[in-house]
Amino acid sequence: MLAALDLFREMDHFRRDLNQFLRNAEPGNLLAPVAGWPAANMKETQDGLVLELQVPGINPEELDISVKQGSLTVTGERTLEEAENRTWHRRERGFGKFSRTFELPAEVDTDKVSAAFKDGILRVKLPKAETAKPKRIEISMA
Amino acid sequence: MKDKELATREDNLSTRETTRARERFVTPKVDIYETSEGLILMADMPGIEKNKLNISLEKGILTIEGRQDNGEDANYVFREFAPVGYYRRFELPAEIDQDRIEANLKGGALTLRLPKAAKVLPKKIEIKAA
Repeated sequence: MLAALDLFREMDHFRRDLNQFLRNAEPGNLLAPVAGWPAANMKETQDGLVLELQVPGINPEELDISVKQGSLTVTGERTLEEAENRTWHRRERGFGKFSRTFELPAEVDTDKVSAAFKDGILRVKLPKAETAKPKRIEISMA
Repeated sequence: MKDKELATREDNLSTRETTRARERFVTPKVDIYETSEGLILMADMPGIEKNKLNISLEKGILTIEGRQDNGEDANYVFREFAPVGYYRRFELPAEIDQDRIEANLKGGALTLRLPKAAKVLPKKIEIKAA
């Protein structure tokens, strides 16, 4: 089923990808994949935002999550236990430090942010600040 | 005779279309290294729970298959991954002791220990003094 091409949404994605790319670019790193690792999804509901991050094989205690108005940053490291006498046959997974910053499209209540790690996926729940929730305005009949 | 064949073939086509499940599989990234005891294989399979993971060995071919349910629909601000299945096959070298393979799933990462058969390990031969 083809989704209708929403030009503004496409431009928004492009702007976000370009920002992400420029933020991660350092000399010598310009060819890194634009989306960044780890892969992330962000969902939005009336009550809040949920960020899902794919971080398999990571010790969740070593993840650092920080929120400030407008953005969420997740930093961590995937380490490999030291061992000698290892002959590598295939090396496809990445190791090392990573850090990703996400723009938050709504104001969130930073005191109520929570995070859970299950099966290699980190889920961060960011409830929206009361001012950001859509409000029904009662119409009184005069 | 030919007409009859055509008719049955079309029937098969229509039933196949309706019962095909919409499943997508992705090849999980793996690391494989060898130590003196055997091979260690680690595969990234985020989102896979233990009861949805199937590892089987047949005729020297190791198959790793993990499934996960499609997520509920939601309004995505951006989406870089989706709940997909993982599938990969490997041909095991003959020196692996197939009865002693161990699998461990933790934090979305599968670790497989594939020990070498005892008779293949280098043996130190004791020299007894005469």
